[in-house]
Amino acid sequence: MSAASDFLSIAIIFAFVAIALAQVMSMIRLVIGPTVGDRILALDTMVVNAIGLIVLLGLAQGTQIYFEVTLIIAMLGFVSTVAYARFILRGDIIE
Amino acid sequence: MTFEVIGTYAVGLCLLIGGAFALIGTIGLLKFNDSMTRLHAPTKVGTIGVGAILLASVINSFVSGEGSMHELLIMAFLFVTAPISANFIAKVNIHKRACDTPPSPPRDDTWSTLAVPEADRSLADQNAKV
Repeated sequence: MSAASDFLSIAIIFAFVAIALAQVMSMIRLVIGPTVGDRILALDTMVVNAIGLIVLLGLAQGTQIYFEVTLIIAMLGFVSTVAYARFILRGDIIE
Repeated sequence: MTFEVIGTYAVGLCLLIGGAFALIGTIGLLKFNDSMTRLHAPTKVGTIGVGAILLASVINSFVSGEGSMHELLIMAFLFVTAPISANFIAKVNIHKRACDTPPSPPRDDTWSTLAVPEADRSLADQNAKV
């Protein structure tokens, strides 16, 4: 093991731990609220963190197969955030 | 210092930056004490945090041989949609009066985000009394 690949494996472990902690903390914000805007924001942050975790998994395993999964989760996360916000703002999603 | 060594260090540095920004942004989401203040912290998770991790993935694919720019697509999508969803969440906060109400507009009676439709006025009055 050279110094560079040692550094890379430490960085991958750090990024996994940091994003997992971020996921847990945004879940705490999702549970304690207090307003509905905070809950939507926490769900949005959890989707973004999930994208980061899946990209990291692909990087750690050295494969490209998680690319489509990431793209679909990114699109679904945006659509669901807008749907929640529109439901609160207008009382309906598609008028 | 070959290309592989420099590339590996660049991947590690991008991962450290991305992980640190994701962690700090979410600490902000948890610790700030006002809805609109909480809105500003996680935007860094969506841009620099995940952006640096996707950049690390791109550089890593070039270092390991089979170069691919797929991840730039996800990065572009996230960068385009992050302001839109933040704007929607801010409108939810204003609508729910979770923050200071903006000053009244120069021409109409009220902002459309705060307006209650004619059909729902009686329901809104009932809710205000309760």
